[in-house]
Amino acid sequence: MPRIVVLDYGSGNLRSAERALRRVGADVTVTSDFKAALDADGLVVPGVGAFAACMAGLKAVDGPRIIGRRLAGGRPVLGICVGMQVMFDEGVEWGERTEGCGQWPGTVEQLKADVLPHMGWNTVRAPVGSTLFAGLDADTRFYFVHSFAVRHWELPDSEHPGNSPIRPPVVTWAHHGEDFVAAVENGALAATQFHPEKSGDAGAQVLRNWLQDIVGA
Amino acid sequence: MPVAVRVIPCLDVDAGRVVKGINFADLRDAGDPVEMAARYDAEGADELTFLDVTASSDDRATMLDVVRRTAEQVFIPLTVGGGVRSVEDVDRLLRAGADKVGINTAAVLRPELLGEAARRFGSQCIVLSVDARTVPPGQKPTPSGWEVTTHGGRRGTGIDAVEWAKRGQDLGVGEILLNSMDADGTKDGFDLRMIAAVRKAVTVPVIASGGAGKVEDFPAAVAAGADAVLAASVFHFGDLRISEVKQAMKNAGLEIR
Repeated sequence: MPRIVVLDYGSGNLRSAERALRRVGADVTVTSDFKAALDADGLVVPGVGAFAACMAGLKAVDGPRIIGRRLAGGRPVLGICVGMQVMFDEGVEWGERTEGCGQWPGTVEQLKADVLPHMGWNTVRAPVGSTLFAGLDADTRFYFVHSFAVRHWELPDSEHPGNSPIRPPVVTWAHHGEDFVAAVENGALAATQFHPEKSGDAGAQVLRNWLQDIVGA
Repeated sequence: MPVAVRVIPCLDVDAGRVVKGINFADLRDAGDPVEMAARYDAEGADELTFLDVTASSDDRATMLDVVRRTAEQVFIPLTVGGGVRSVEDVDRLLRAGADKVGINTAAVLRPELLGEAARRFGSQCIVLSVDARTVPPGQKPTPSGWEVTTHGGRRGTGIDAVEWAKRGQDLGVGEILLNSMDADGTKDGFDLRMIAAVRKAVTVPVIASGGAGKVEDFPAAVAAGADAVLAASVFHFGDLRISEVKQAMKNAGLEIR
C-alpha cells in the first residue's frame, strides 16, 4: 500500500483529500512533518484560497524545500488547485505579485470570463500519452473552483515537443472564457487545477492513476 | 464545452435529521442526512447543500458530526449553511468537511463578516445566501422591489435584495444562493425576474432556489441567468428525480454532467 502524505500547511479541506486517497487504496497521513513528507512514497500538496496565503503557509512548513528535495530525487508530488498554482513561478492576484515554488515557468493570473469563480464540473482536453486521465472518456467532467489559472504554458509540451532534449511535460487544458492549464504531468511532478478529491468517481480514477502509475512506478 | 449547469439538492437538517416544510413551517421528518446525501450523489447530484435549521446551539455540534460523516462517504462538493455567525463557525464547518459555507442573517447584521471570511478562507468557499421576497404592501419599497429577509424568511429588513447580492460580491463572496421566499414551497417555478435581476448585477455564480415544481422549471431558471439550480422538497419527496431534471436541461440544449 503506497504511503502518502497530504501536506498540512493550514490550507482548506485536507480531510477530503485524505479520504479520497484512502478510498483508492493509499495509506494516508495528514502532516506537516518535514521528514514524513520527504519519506512518503507520494506527497500531495492541496490548497484553496489565495495564492499569497497558500505560499505563506507553505513556506512556514518549509514546503518549497520539501517539494524541491523530493523532485530532485524523482519522488512523486501531486499539487491540487492552488497546490498546483504554487508550482509555477508567480501568482498575481488583485495586483499583488507573489513568488511561487518555481518548478515551472509561468504566471497564475485571473481568467477572462463572464462569470468567476469558475465553479462547477467541466471537461478537459487530455493529450495522448496522459497517465492521469488514462481510462477516462473525453466527456468526463471534473470539479473546478478557482478564479485564477495558468493561461500560457511556457515550456515545450508533449504536443509541441520542438527539439527539446528532455521528455516534455504532458499538458491538459480546459476552457472557461478562455483556455487554461487544467493539469500537468511532468515526471515526478503532477498537478491538477480541478479537485480530484471532489470529482466523484472520475476524480477517484485520476487519483488511482497517480497512485498506481506515477507513485507506484 | 462550457462548465455544466449544477443541479443541487438541498437537505434541511434539524438536530441531525432531514426535514422540509412548505414555506419553512410544518416541518416533516424524513431521514438520515448522510444516507440521503449518498443517495443524491449516486443519482447524479453535482453538489449537495445542507441547511441547518436547528434552533439550539447544542444541536450545532450534531450538525458538525453530520457534515463529518457525510464527507467520509460523499466525494462531491458540500455546502453547509444556517446559523453561521462568525469566522470561527465557518472554520469549524470547513474543518468538519464542508467545502463551502453559506452565510445569511449574520451577514445582514454585520456585512464585514463576509469579507473577513472570504479573506481568511478564500472567496471560493463563502456563499452569500439571500432569502428575498417582494416588499409587502404598505412598507417602504426597495429599488428592485425585493427585500432581504432573515430568520428563515420571517423578518423583512428593507434592504434591497439585488443591491445586497452585489454588495456581497464586492465584499468577496464567491457565489450567491438566491432563494425566493415568494416562490418557496409553491412549486410554481423559480422567480425568473429576480434571477435575471441578480444575474445582471453580479459576476459570481448565482444558484437559483425556491419554487421548483416540474422539470421544465429548471432550464427556465438557467435561461434567466442561473448557473446552478437548487431544490429540496421535489427531490426529497420523490416528485422529481435528478436524472429527469438533467434530461430536461439537456433537451433544452444546456450542458450537464
